[in-house]
Amino acid sequence: MTTRPAVRLVDAGLSFPGRTLWSGLTMSVQPGEFVAVLGPNGSGKSSLLKVLLGRLRLSTGAAEVAGGPDAVGYVPQQGAVETGAATGIRGVDLVGLGLDGQRWGLGLRGMRRRRQRVAEAVAAVGAEQFAGKPFNQLSGGEQQRLRVAQALVGEPAVLLCDEPLLSLDVAQQQAISELIDRRRREAGTTVLFVTHEINPILSYVDKVLYLVDGRFRVGPPREVMTSAVLSELYRAPVRVVELDGQLHVAGAHSAVCEDEPHHVQQRVAG
Amino acid sequence: MDKFGDVGLTLDLLALPFVQSALLAAAILGVVAGVIGPLIVRRQMAFAVHGTAELGFTGAAAALLLGVGVEYGAVAGAVIAALALGLLGTKADERDSVIGVVLSFGLGLGVLLLWFYEGRASSKLGLLFGQVITVDSTNLAVYACSAVLVLGVLAVIYRPLLFASVDPVVAAARGVPVRVLTPLFAVLIGITTALGVQTVGVLLVLALLVTPAAAACRVTSSPLLATVLSVVFAEVAVLGGIVLSLAPGAPISAFVTTLSFVIYLVCRAIAAARGRVSGRVAQPVSVPAGR
Repeated sequence: MTTRPAVRLVDAGLSFPGRTLWSGLTMSVQPGEFVAVLGPNGSGKSSLLKVLLGRLRLSTGAAEVAGGPDAVGYVPQQGAVETGAATGIRGVDLVGLGLDGQRWGLGLRGMRRRRQRVAEAVAAVGAEQFAGKPFNQLSGGEQQRLRVAQALVGEPAVLLCDEPLLSLDVAQQQAISELIDRRRREAGTTVLFVTHEINPILSYVDKVLYLVDGRFRVGPPREVMTSAVLSELYRAPVRVVELDGQLHVAGAHSAVCEDEPHHVQQRVAG
Repeated sequence: MDKFGDVGLTLDLLALPFVQSALLAAAILGVVAGVIGPLIVRRQMAFAVHGTAELGFTGAAAALLLGVGVEYGAVAGAVIAALALGLLGTKADERDSVIGVVLSFGLGLGVLLLWFYEGRASSKLGLLFGQVITVDSTNLAVYACSAVLVLGVLAVIYRPLLFASVDPVVAAARGVPVRVLTPLFAVLIGITTALGVQTVGVLLVLALLVTPAAAACRVTSSPLLATVLSVVFAEVAVLGGIVLSLAPGAPISAFVTTLSFVIYLVCRAIAAARGRVSGRVAQPVSVPAGR
């Protein structure tokens, strides 16, 4: 393959005073690849996304996103306090902001084209039924569908997802994962998917980036998600067990376990 | 009290030039307040507006004492306050208390300044409770310029500001300069608040900057419709309030606040009635849609 990578990291490192999150990170992600970024809390998964969004500067090395930060779509965690309640707008307005919300001016020209693109993005995630309702009155799954539409409406080359399945039930997790996978297959959108739980996306993932305490491993899921590799990364005995096609990680202590998302925000998503 | 509802007297008064300038000033305020209001409501800044208004009063009191135009003092005080609140209260958990601290000090300082002032007592009370009737052509020019400035800046920053207000994480991810917009919006609030100080007075600025927008946001989630409704509500409250106050010669604030409060209650009732209807019908539809 000689195509230009969609995302490229060369000897990339990120440090804060007194602490190095990771360093020497080199990887290329091809157009249309689905990459899962895994690791315990504080391992710098979300910071990696911030680097690719141009919001954090690398301490060392280089990061490159094809098309620059404007060609990037972003799906945040559902229902998190810092994400905001998005009150006082409808679903369609949220999607529209994903198209041109960062531009100055009122944007009165091209309103018809804009409405059409928003409608297409809403239809692509099957949200026509509820997109006209107040966003904060929708269920978690409905909100997250619209978040995906918001991220994709600008037709980004790269889609960055930061724990987008958190606080959704299993059926909703599957629906959202499928939407994202379909897009990357149909439009060749590259997906970087930060998650603490690989199983809902396991069948779509081409590559895993597993970060632990500054150490990392990149490779196909079944090469990285093994007892040997994870024990080495965690520097503690960790067992990976495959049950019915799902990977379960059991560690010496629960901090390794996938059942501990950060920003724990249990909420009943109807 | 028998002058309440005296239509003839009201019509006579409406013909007077100074009443007409008052109405014009109020109409300008209504537009600016109506446009900026929904953003204040979405950003949950009602208390910040109140704090800004109190400092507008301090500025106006200082201007009164110095013999400068009250409107300049109000603008200066409110803008300084808005910037101070923006700089001191950057953390969400501090914002509330910082406003309380700045507000009380500003009000105290204003009271001292007014005590030094030896002019007419009605000028003092006017700052607190509004005295739109004293607006003259100079004031009107300042009014119009401030309004054009606020609306012009808003037109440029509206989309990113809305994005940053309702969806801060994604807005920042998409490159919206959230840190620049926050103090800029605070300054716009400062200028608008200062306009309000002249008409409804410091204490009741919220009735025009927050209540109409809050009412509009109860009945619609469309940003455009919310803005239109909020302008209409603000105009009805401020112009209606002035007209009603003419015959009895009563302070306009009472009428303005009552009108905007009634509008708010009606909007709440509409929202509640709608909620009951859609609660029965729409919910069983919307739940499976997410699966």
